[in-house]
Amino acid sequence: MNVPILQMRGITKTFPGVKALQDVTLDVNRGEVHAICGENGAGKSTLMKVLSGVYAHNTFDGEILFENEPCAFTSINDSEKRGIVIIHQELALSPYLSIAENIFLGNEIAPRGWVDWRKTNLEAAKLLARVGLDENPVTPIQHISVGKQQLVEIAKALSKEVKLLILDEPTAALNDEDSNHLLDLILHLKGQGVTSIIISHKLNEIRKVADAVTIIRDGKSIETLRLGGGEGGQGQITQERIIRGMVGRDLDSLYPDRTPRIGEEVLRIEDWTVQHPQDHSRIVVHNASLHVRKGEVVGLAGLMGAGRTELAMSVFGRSYGKAVSGKVFKYGKEIDTSTVPGAIAHGIAYATEDRKHYGLNLIEDIKRNISMAALPKLAKRGWVDKNRETTVANGYRRSMNIKAPAVSAITGKLSGGNQQKVVLSKWMFSDPDVLILDEPTRGIDVGAKYEIYTIIAGLAAEGKAVIVISSELPELLGICDRIYTLSAGHVTGEVPISEASQETLMHYMTQEKE
Amino acid sequence: MSLSSTLARRAAGKTAAPRRQLRGNARYAPTLATLGLFLAMFAVGAGMYPSFLSGQVFLNLFIDNTFLIVLAVGMTFVILTGGIDLSVGAVVALSMMVAATLLQQGWNPAAVIILVLLIGSTLGLAMGLIIHYFDIQPFIVTLAGMFLARGLCYVISLDSIPVTEGFFTGMAQAQIPLPGELFISPGVVLALAIVAAAFFVLHHTRFGRTVYAIGGNENSAMLMGLPVRTTKVLVYVLSGLCSAIAGILFSFYSLSGYSLAAQGMELDAIAAVVIGGTLLTGGTGYVLGSVVGVLVLGIVQTFIAYDGTLSSWWTKIVIGALLLAFILLQRLFTRKTG
Repeated sequence: MNVPILQMRGITKTFPGVKALQDVTLDVNRGEVHAICGENGAGKSTLMKVLSGVYAHNTFDGEILFENEPCAFTSINDSEKRGIVIIHQELALSPYLSIAENIFLGNEIAPRGWVDWRKTNLEAAKLLARVGLDENPVTPIQHISVGKQQLVEIAKALSKEVKLLILDEPTAALNDEDSNHLLDLILHLKGQGVTSIIISHKLNEIRKVADAVTIIRDGKSIETLRLGGGEGGQGQITQERIIRGMVGRDLDSLYPDRTPRIGEEVLRIEDWTVQHPQDHSRIVVHNASLHVRKGEVVGLAGLMGAGRTELAMSVFGRSYGKAVSGKVFKYGKEIDTSTVPGAIAHGIAYATEDRKHYGLNLIEDIKRNISMAALPKLAKRGWVDKNRETTVANGYRRSMNIKAPAVSAITGKLSGGNQQKVVLSKWMFSDPDVLILDEPTRGIDVGAKYEIYTIIAGLAAEGKAVIVISSELPELLGICDRIYTLSAGHVTGEVPISEASQETLMHYMTQEKE
Repeated sequence: MSLSSTLARRAAGKTAAPRRQLRGNARYAPTLATLGLFLAMFAVGAGMYPSFLSGQVFLNLFIDNTFLIVLAVGMTFVILTGGIDLSVGAVVALSMMVAATLLQQGWNPAAVIILVLLIGSTLGLAMGLIIHYFDIQPFIVTLAGMFLARGLCYVISLDSIPVTEGFFTGMAQAQIPLPGELFISPGVVLALAIVAAAFFVLHHTRFGRTVYAIGGNENSAMLMGLPVRTTKVLVYVLSGLCSAIAGILFSFYSLSGYSLAAQGMELDAIAAVVIGGTLLTGGTGYVLGSVVGVLVLGIVQTFIAYDGTLSSWWTKIVIGALLLAFILLQRLFTRKTG
């Protein structure tokens, strides 16, 4: 026991302007299941990309020893040759090809350049049996569920004689039954000598399968916990211990002072349930209920896959999900938000977490982006008043401090912070009563973050009801009056700011509702 | 209002940061490049053939291409949303066939024109609805529309049908005199009126804004509550209507209906729009640019006519080269923005 299979030493990876990883150490023993834990954006996936050669060996600092030999991978192919296989969160299968074709894609059984289909399907069937999947190997991938596709990925890894299997959030897209099956399979493979690294923030899963846990926070490896506090470990694997490691960040960022003046209830969502748009067996939001009052900033905290964005987007004109059920009340009266124009007309605005794909028209200029959601306000009988448009846009450019030479500047050329200000301006111009801001400071530098916080405080002071979705707990603690926590689609907690701390929130965020 | 005066107005309004401003207007670059190219070709032509410089040569570019200008206008709307309409050439031919046949049977020309416009718009509407409801690529749907319209032409007649009706022949011969012994045809006035209308719709109305927003980022347009679906259907109706108008104009020009007419004209229209600076993926471009694109195609033809020794197929080769050059220019431009 306790023979190291992988040692990563002093890994530092820098992206322009950001240190994604800083002096990270990771030790994995042969035959164990090693979990990597951390908040969204802590650097878990980056570390795995470093390990698997997605980032070539000369683009980061540090040393990787696999089976006591130094590694210098320049591509995924190099790492796969050594038996390190990574299964990404977004599955990399070709939907129209069969299971067997996918398993041997790029690795075809083709003596003398001619694919032997009989043998391919036969071998595929053997691999499927190993992962406990009862499907015909000639079935096209798109005809099997995501859970089964995940198993095909593992079968594919096994076909490559895998020694170290890396799974990036393998259960994030699975329902409970499929998740359990997958975890059992990981334990089963462990019995056959396959070492696994599993990235997850579902603490109950980690407790179920992991022999060791390494916690990463803000690009640094914080500590490694081992089962039974064993050799080389710094402590027992307990939920409290993992949470402490994940959130132990200082609350030293600055937040604007504000004295909340909270009024009547503006928006209430009751029994909101949303199905996944493709996979009907997955309920993404379960019976969620929440409310927000005038002048109040309410936070939605949750880890990846908790259903925060899905909740917000389904309320905002059913922009996400299928079979949405539940009620939305505004000032106590039920309203219909089943279309986006309807939601906007009822004074709801949703600023997306994905500015580039859903928030802005990047090839269009600032003023047109700002005016777009509330164009009727600038138009008479369909005719747009361009002078007023420019005036309005210039007004926001000044009040929001959008750093651009003119409002005719193309938004695609602005920095993330300024783009976000354009998005906020757009929704402020639609004059909503409720603003839902999804990750409003994602990808924004520290200075601009403070400006965004000030804007949010200003909106609340004007009497708007604000809902902020964020993965950064200090941020929620810094700006919110009340915080809801979501976990696996359930609202698991509602915490007034006076009682909220990173530990309590993380506790609720990792809680599983039965 | 011309593009240059719009530009001048914009520039005059913002003198604060002139250098940055210039960069901000990079999206005019392809259109301005086309305009520059057109002027350069005109200058070269004038240098080689003294008679080239006459105003009438310039006006003939419009007179000979009225239908293509109108087609390019409709196509600009479609391409701005990120779509494509391959049916326009066939719809032009169908419009000509319908008009010629009905006129031969003694129909009132006004009734004929109205019916033709209705047919064109209805075809556009049908294609738009199919694209919308079944979520099928515009390429396939309008390709089917093209076969349908062309097939209908053959069903009506395989032969060329002459148009002898008074109003149409009158329009064919009519000349509107301009100062300096120059003239244009009534078709030019109509085509330019359509261009002007399209310009104002695109730049001054909510509908126009929505067209640009869809091409720029359809997801974000959806999340802003814009009428994405209606607008996407409407651009095909517009394109169908423009094709019908172009068919009428082509009838004025050729005074006949023939099922093989306007073969490949959809590709000329697409070429004109792209050369005029509209991004094939949608979101940026100007209807005035498309007009300049048509003029560039026209001047290439004029050149070859003047030269006399070159086969007219050289036109296609030059157009192909230009198209490639402009696509490359756009690639360069979008890479900077992205």
